[in-house]
Amino acid sequence: MDAVAALSRWFHFMAGIMWVGLLYYFNFVQMAALKTAAADGSAAAINRHVAPRALAWFRWASVATWLTGAALLGSNFAAAFTLQRGHVVIGIGAWLGTVMLINVWALLWPAQKRALGLVEATEVQKSAARRRAFIVSRLNLALSFPLLFFMAAAGHTATFF
Amino acid sequence: MNNPLDSLPATVILGLALTLALYLVARYAIGT
Repeated sequence: MDAVAALSRWFHFMAGIMWVGLLYYFNFVQMAALKTAAADGSAAAINRHVAPRALAWFRWASVATWLTGAALLGSNFAAAFTLQRGHVVIGIGAWLGTVMLINVWALLWPAQKRALGLVEATEVQKSAARRRAFIVSRLNLALSFPLLFFMAAAGHTATFF
Repeated sequence: MNNPLDSLPATVILGLALTLALYLVARYAIGT
């Protein structure tokens, strides 16, 4: 079982870096780039060739991160999610990650499918979807700060708590 | 009123403030 936990931790780190890394790419790089690209008419290339690939890796990295995190929690899964004594710190981190995962699949992805024209939508619906995707992405950016703090702090509770 | 999530710096500050708030809540819950 130690090998399962060790491998889960390794894959959890890799998947988490891909998920949060792409979240930071969207918020710190792509959103600003799309604004300037729209001015010279090159935004379509980003929307067609870069965004769908980045979003696919982003979405599935979120699932891989959550599943490897759940595997890592193992028998402590219920204790973490019910914030039992000794599991409060990792539990808060786990809840933040779960809320972010739900945001990705229930709010962000449906909006992005409309915004990118992957499903039928009127221009008004596309505009509303772009706005919703933007706000949810920014919300997940804000949530990623405490998420990473609590994930890191779980291994250093004596220092932080 | 503007949405703070419209601004990248405001979102970063919001994230840091949320971290501090949850940290204090966790400390209270743990009892340290």
